[in-house]
Amino acid sequence: MLDACDHRSEDTLRVEDPPLLTGAGAFIDDLGTPPGTLHAAILRAPHAHALIEGIDVGEALTLPGVSAVLTGDDVRRLSRPLMVGVKAPIEAWPLAVGKVRYAGEPVAVVVAESRYVAEDALDLIHVSYRRLPPVMDPERALADDAPALHERLDSNLASERHFRYGDPEAAFARAAHEVAITVRYPRNAVTPIETYGVVAQYDPHEDAYDVLANFQGPFSIHAVLSRALDVPGNRLRLRTPPDSGGSFGIKQGVFPYIVLMALAARVAGAPVKWIEDRLEHLTASVSATNRVATLRAAVEADGRVTALDLDQIEDVGACLRAPEPATLYRMHGNYTGAYAIPNLAIRNRLVMTNKTPTGLNRGFGGPQMYFALERLMRRIALELGLDPLDVIRRNLIPADAFPYTTASGAQYDSGDYQTAVATALEDGGYAALLERREAARAEGRLYGIGLAAVVEPSVSNMGYLSTALTPEERAKAGPKNGAQAAATIDLDPTGAVSVQLDSVPQGQGHRTVAARLVADILGIDPNTVRVIAEFDTAKDAWSIAAGNYSSRFAAASVGAVKIAAERLRDRLARIAATQLNAPAEAVVFEDGRIFAEGNPDNAVPFARVASASHWAPGTLPDGMAEAIRETAFWTPPELAAPTPEDGINSSLCHAFIFDFCGIEIDRTTGQVHVDRYVTMHDCGRVLHAGMVEGQIRGAYANAIGATFYEEYAYGDDGAFLAGTFADYPVPTAMEVSDPLILHIETPSPVTPTGAKGVGEGNCMSTPVCLANGVADALGSEADLVLPLSPARLMPLIGGEEPQPPAGAAPRPEPASGGRTLTGSGSAQVAASPQDVWEMLLDPQTLKSIIPGCHAVEEVAPHIFRADVTLGVGPVKGRYIARVALRDLDPPNSVLLEGEVNGALGTGGGTGHVTLTPAEGGTTLAYRYEAEVGGKVASVGGRLLDGAAKIVIGQFFEALGRQAGGAKPGLLARLFGGRS
Amino acid sequence: MTTLAATETHTVRVRLNGRAVEGRATPRMLLTDFLRHELHATGTHVGCEHGVCGACTIRIDGALARSCLAYAVQVDGATIETVESLAPERGRLSVLQTAFQRHHALQCGFCTAGILMSLDTLLGAEPDAGEDRIREVLAGHLCRCTGYQPIIRAALDAAARLREGDADA
Amino acid sequence: MKPAPFDYLRADDISAALSALHDAGEDARVLAGGQSLGAMLNMRLAKPSLLIDIMHIEALGAIREEKAALVIPACVTQEALLRRSDLHPLLAKALPWTGHVQTRARGTVCGSIAHADPSAELPLCLALLGGEVSIRSRRKRRTVQAADFFRGMMLTDLRPGEMIEAVRIPLARKNQRFAFTEIGRRHGDFAIVAVAAMREGDTLRLTVGGVNDTPAIREWATLDTADIPDALNDLAWSLDARDDLHATARYRRDLMRNLGRIVIEEVSS
Repeated sequence: MLDACDHRSEDTLRVEDPPLLTGAGAFIDDLGTPPGTLHAAILRAPHAHALIEGIDVGEALTLPGVSAVLTGDDVRRLSRPLMVGVKAPIEAWPLAVGKVRYAGEPVAVVVAESRYVAEDALDLIHVSYRRLPPVMDPERALADDAPALHERLDSNLASERHFRYGDPEAAFARAAHEVAITVRYPRNAVTPIETYGVVAQYDPHEDAYDVLANFQGPFSIHAVLSRALDVPGNRLRLRTPPDSGGSFGIKQGVFPYIVLMALAARVAGAPVKWIEDRLEHLTASVSATNRVATLRAAVEADGRVTALDLDQIEDVGACLRAPEPATLYRMHGNYTGAYAIPNLAIRNRLVMTNKTPTGLNRGFGGPQMYFALERLMRRIALELGLDPLDVIRRNLIPADAFPYTTASGAQYDSGDYQTAVATALEDGGYAALLERREAARAEGRLYGIGLAAVVEPSVSNMGYLSTALTPEERAKAGPKNGAQAAATIDLDPTGAVSVQLDSVPQGQGHRTVAARLVADILGIDPNTVRVIAEFDTAKDAWSIAAGNYSSRFAAASVGAVKIAAERLRDRLARIAATQLNAPAEAVVFEDGRIFAEGNPDNAVPFARVASASHWAPGTLPDGMAEAIRETAFWTPPELAAPTPEDGINSSLCHAFIFDFCGIEIDRTTGQVHVDRYVTMHDCGRVLHAGMVEGQIRGAYANAIGATFYEEYAYGDDGAFLAGTFADYPVPTAMEVSDPLILHIETPSPVTPTGAKGVGEGNCMSTPVCLANGVADALGSEADLVLPLSPARLMPLIGGEEPQPPAGAAPRPEPASGGRTLTGSGSAQVAASPQDVWEMLLDPQTLKSIIPGCHAVEEVAPHIFRADVTLGVGPVKGRYIARVALRDLDPPNSVLLEGEVNGALGTGGGTGHVTLTPAEGGTTLAYRYEAEVGGKVASVGGRLLDGAAKIVIGQFFEALGRQAGGAKPGLLARLFGGRS
Repeated sequence: MTTLAATETHTVRVRLNGRAVEGRATPRMLLTDFLRHELHATGTHVGCEHGVCGACTIRIDGALARSCLAYAVQVDGATIETVESLAPERGRLSVLQTAFQRHHALQCGFCTAGILMSLDTLLGAEPDAGEDRIREVLAGHLCRCTGYQPIIRAALDAAARLREGDADA
Repeated sequence: MKPAPFDYLRADDISAALSALHDAGEDARVLAGGQSLGAMLNMRLAKPSLLIDIMHIEALGAIREEKAALVIPACVTQEALLRRSDLHPLLAKALPWTGHVQTRARGTVCGSIAHADPSAELPLCLALLGGEVSIRSRRKRRTVQAADFFRGMMLTDLRPGEMIEAVRIPLARKNQRFAFTEIGRRHGDFAIVAVAAMREGDTLRLTVGGVNDTPAIREWATLDTADIPDALNDLAWSLDARDDLHATARYRRDLMRNLGRIVIEEVSS
């Protein structure tokens, strides 16, 4: 079955591995830098939405070791906005210009002699913000009264398009049933373990930039970059390091930082290096889109779906950043999934909210789409009383229908879904799993089976994005299509072979696969072929599709390598033919020798023929071009531009996946145990079994994270809450189970090797397969929202919670989102209400009772500004607090409104204080609500509640002390002589 | 016993992978930065700088350590072993490293340095470690590429070979 | 993510550490294994002016038994204690939940106590077992009961100039039975809820971590099997369960009821 891999075991070893295993890898931060390289650190917004009223960098610039500080003004002066993919007045900058639109947005860049000093200087930059209400929910962002993120656009709707294929209205009118589902897909990302890195240089004489970055492509972004830097493309040399510590799409998102560091290098007059830290990465690198999708299906009595209607709201975050809205349109040809559904209606709305801008992420649009579609298929089965497996099988595209054109225009190149499903059920032990479920349920256990069928597209059509434009807009802009892949093969004067790839590998072993392929074609030892994977836009052959995304390597990049190798072989065959006195067609390449078929004893060494064009060009056959370097470009003709009817073959290849799982939910803890997981893949020809398995296992583990653990969570106030690996729980070896991987092969007729992409499928299929399993176990069709944490599942298992015991004090329920810090308390103060009242209004008293207060001034009547050190335990930070007293009712009650700002974050809140006369003094009661943002919210969320309680408690304790200070006798009584 | 001033650099001497070496560090310099940028031992990688991802795991005086949670001045006089110490000689691989290659237990290789240090330490101390124990030790590391199972297989394979006395695969 | 500048002192003996701590006052921090402090320093959540490294103080390096108690001085790592898990059955059950092999190898027992994270296992154990914290300053020694030592989220009874010299844990008696379990998001994470139980005769003692700002302790002189659900429900509602990123208040109460039952059954069987 895996005949392409039927090699000796040492052939399957990766050439990439020995350096990586011995610590000799060459990742961006491992490489030497040009002399005089300075280091950058980035100041980031603590607010989700705020106007920048001023930035004071004076103090930062005086810190020894600091060379430059870059702000939005510099960026606006030296560059142009990043291009946006739809026609809308949205300005995307790599650094906030005038306004911040998400927590963590870059606001200033410090360039200094070391990262340490640069970070010191960040603490010395003073930014004044005017906070604006944030918009976090994509549906609420569409409301008429929602604050608009971009002033020149009245609303937060960046684009809306309606599509109609076939006759969906008629199908719905005829249908026996209509089944609908609404799905909210959250934010997450397959965050790689290596963060972003950029080393940038600027040459003022040539007005040219030279940037090394662990960018992964697509290199269509190069055009965005050079335009932003306002130079022709040939003045932006973009290089990648030899090794990259994983990407999964995420390292596409380094590109705004390429602009930023290029500008920093220009301003600083020196090379600048920036290595993103983990907190920056989780907070603000890039996220997959979150999406609200409502799907309706027109269904026949037997479960056959005749039409689908999709209403999708895609949340792209604070601005539409290239290549968005690609997440939505990448799957445009595939919205009917693996099913023969002829009628389709789609409404797509792109919405901006105060969250990190989105971009590439493994699965790219697939997880969002299939979560909705495959949850719908299960719901159809339930509503019609059918077996979910039957509903899937009845709707699958028939094997004899390939190549199959979907309603929205994708051409599914090959497949035999029925055989794949049948094989999976048989070899994966589905019958036994059904019995297992029955046995578990008989014991009262919560056991469920989930299913998912998915078509995994690969090799993106560079024209699919233009589907976001109307046909008229497209006509005006000119057609976009294709997916140019490039490869270069060199023969050097010793006859040795080098290969240059355009695939920018991120750890997938591309060099190994390419070396083997070229060696096979040229009949030489793979170990003698050197494959260069680092990328250089100034010297390599490349086009806009270059890069590591849409699983394009096996199908496209390898295809270009194959074409280049075959062209070289053909030319070498002609050279050899003259020496061997044989026709070129009869020349055989084998074991490093070249000979005429049937006459292996009369052979010439490969190296002699391969070097002949260098040493003896005069001996080449007449009219023949030299065989020194061959560059092949290959673009599949199948990837045409969108049709005027909005049909689009959004990807070249379409692999098929059928997954099923058995899961059990622990009634005691709500935790889900994946008991069995079977994943059947048809990814066409398998080029390297070990690497294909690696891709599947990796995507499966990523999907386990997305399903149960990971979320880029925000508070309603816009604070980002998952800034550490403790708060963004990437699963470990304890959480990831071992799936059974099965294959069938239906080779792709449209790729040079017959291979299709395989790297993303389980990110699409596994979350929904597991969620369907959870739904089956729960026996409920409750809307399941990822991640399926035990805290979310527990109420679905246990039903109503046991009541609190009689007489227990009711607990205030926290505000929605659970992010607001609330508390209340009271204190007895040994002073009259009037005395306490006066203390609260007196700066000098406030100074002595506010915990950690260095100074207080009354900046306006009843408005105070305080310089305070706040914190608990070792966690301390210095803040500027502004407190306004409102609704004064002397000496009975007052409302305090406050805001604190500091390097660790920001906070805002209100406190309501009442004073009541009591025996021996005053009862002072308080109630507060506060919200905290910035760094401390994203890394220390767990600590905040306790910290707030402590700080506020300290305040009132001090107030009591202060009051008692005037009457020492009372103090002693009240506090028992303590303190 | 003197206080090392925050603003100055101080000489830090360590035995790194069998060799006596020294470099300069301010007190706040992370051990990761010292190893990588002062001593140019870049095999140890930095993934989170808060002690969770495990990429920077090394051995200090024989015990596992997250080098991002240590400062260079703390290890003055210590013996340090990093991923660069694992191969028996240049151009060869250890039993564990070979098993990693054979089982495709790495893809991008970024987290691998730390994982190798943990597993090398485990197999040295507990040659009979089984799958559960390996999984538990591996849980101190994050890997995004492999799905972990190939790493567990590699470790089990290496453990078996080491028990059989296979010195370098 | 680099720390703010700090001075560094490697103390060779405890008196040197204590006088430096005395001189520097509140701005100094004791650095032991650094597994909690290091992350806070790197994120600049903490910016001490001086770190006093105590890990080279030989006198604080070895576990000893003293008057029916286990004395664990400040430099003993969690891994070192785990290797001697024969010394106490509860520690044998709880320590594997503490971080990971790699953090236990450097993280100290006393450091975890001093850090006073309400989700951590060691404070919970210390509270359940009625352990004591031996505290020293330059001039004074004092001993504080675990229940009095933990004052709040990352707040302890330690005053400026003081450090923990050791913790003392009463050795298990023959008639005592122990159980421990917890739920975190992932293996090795901070607990959402952790519970430890001890039974001695009819007396049942339970501590809960991860809910209140300090380990919560309940003791029942007798608890009939039939009353366990109500007792645990009372406990669940009496604590300050709140929502956060990882769990809801309701889930925390569910875990207190369900994990509570598990540990009580374990010590009662």
